[in-house]
Amino acid sequence: MKKIGNWADKNLKYIFTVPTIIFVLCMVLFPILYTLVLSFHSWRMSVHVPWEWVGMQNYVQMFTGTRFPMAVWRTFLFAAIALFFEMSLGIFLALILNRSFWGKNMTKTAFLLPMVATPVAVGMVWKLIYEPSIGILNYVIRSLGGPKIDWLGSTSNALYSLIIVDIWQWTPMVMLILLAGLSAIPTESYESALVDGASRLQLTTKITLPLLRPTIFTAVLLRLIDVLKTFDILYSMTQGGPGFATETMNILSYRQAFEFMEFGEASATLIVFFLIVMGIAALTIKIKSRVEVDM
Amino acid sequence: MEYGVSSPSKKLRRQILFYLFLAVVLLLVLFPLIWMLLASFKTNAEILNVKRMFRFTPTLKNYFSVFVKYNFKRPLVNSFIISFVSTIIALIMGLPASYSIARERMHIFSGIILMIRIVPAISFLVPWYTLFSKLNLAGTFTSLILCHLIVSLPLIIWIMIPYFETLPLELEHSAWIDGCSKAGSFLRIMLPLSSPGILTCGILAFIFSWNNFMFALVLSSSRTLTLPLAIYQFISYSNVDWGGIMAASVVITMPIIIISFFLQRYIIAGLTAGAVKG
Repeated sequence: MKKIGNWADKNLKYIFTVPTIIFVLCMVLFPILYTLVLSFHSWRMSVHVPWEWVGMQNYVQMFTGTRFPMAVWRTFLFAAIALFFEMSLGIFLALILNRSFWGKNMTKTAFLLPMVATPVAVGMVWKLIYEPSIGILNYVIRSLGGPKIDWLGSTSNALYSLIIVDIWQWTPMVMLILLAGLSAIPTESYESALVDGASRLQLTTKITLPLLRPTIFTAVLLRLIDVLKTFDILYSMTQGGPGFATETMNILSYRQAFEFMEFGEASATLIVFFLIVMGIAALTIKIKSRVEVDM
Repeated sequence: MEYGVSSPSKKLRRQILFYLFLAVVLLLVLFPLIWMLLASFKTNAEILNVKRMFRFTPTLKNYFSVFVKYNFKRPLVNSFIISFVSTIIALIMGLPASYSIARERMHIFSGIILMIRIVPAISFLVPWYTLFSKLNLAGTFTSLILCHLIVSLPLIIWIMIPYFETLPLELEHSAWIDGCSKAGSFLRIMLPLSSPGILTCGILAFIFSWNNFMFALVLSSSRTLTLPLAIYQFISYSNVDWGGIMAASVVITMPIIIISFFLQRYIIAGLTAGAVKG
């Protein structure tokens, strides 16, 4: 018994990590390699028809057609606009709410709700809000004398309407991250500036924001990783439609795989999507670490 | 408010302005959720009639139809089983792993965990789908729980590594001198000390699992249908039952809102984890 105990103690780090390592190998590494191999084949998820080697054909098709490049463009457009508004609104709100006031805790809880509420449920209520004839948004706009807007049904509006939902959902997260960062700034940082008679605006731009830079970058990184992968809201509200108007890389690969059963083509899309997300994340992490060194 | 009547009127005006601003922001943040709740108490005739947008007689009919007509009890139970079991398994696997990563400074391992958090989860779905079909596991609880681990396990490890790093080594060392084994000190000293961290990552893993839509969309069967998918399927009926959808949406979000209400501090700590340390 004691021997087993000694053995376990000596090899504890292996015993503790092996389940996770096995999981990562089976559920992460294997799937990625499988997808990579499948992306050079044509296969429609059929037991009777084997994989057919097609070489680079799936990739060539992807880049010569318009559907994939458009999906990449939409993914970036969605990410860029959403990220811009989430960051600027989040920073603005955090700066204003960074003081003690009555009801601060309740406010924080309220801000938590959009991002923890089930995305499909959130998608459904936004669908009702956006409804052209019975939705409250058009009701308000029309009673103010505005036009009737087809928020989700028109190809030119749909993507932007979905971006608004994403901004609503995730601006609070940026705000909460920055609020945590703000509370970590020591008050001594301000004292000498106050003695020198700096104004409130000067304090914010010259001291607070520069000190907050690493936190801002963390928020950008966290949001960027997630916004590129947005799925629930998009799929539950428009399924990539109308037409292809809201089809991002994520939605495109889902549709190829599970609506058209083109597993080979979908795998190629997934590999490129995977590389793009990893590349952007790696770049952001690199920029972030450089910013931190500068501090 | 804090300043009282005696303070200069300028200060008071700023206070009032601040609270007005706060009220507007809070209204914007909460409006869709309030609207969801209101609509769930309206009949479909009231939802379809714009003139009755704010004047309606509250009814529980929608909740009745959600549970009786559309049988939402099953997905509710399924969602709970899958979220709960996957969170527990992820904790059992993730806590020892993150402890070892923190103590033995396995930087490569933590890098791999970060990578899994970055990879789009959809990249795994095609192989999983074919694999589970081959193993006759398609549409079972086992397959869904395994898939949910891909989100919860990295999340738990990611939150717990810095947590274990901050716990003092001395406590363990003195336990070892007293004859306690390494595994024993982990179970009896480190785990109890890190209970706030465990609570944080456990709640988050549960919430993400509860909300998960994509895995259920591909891998669930009628037997293992979860709530997000049940709501989604609601809308594909030809006659959109808005009242029913909103009631179902309230049913699915309510547990999360209640959890947030009581454990706000822990959820915020988890969501902003690592943000301040950089």
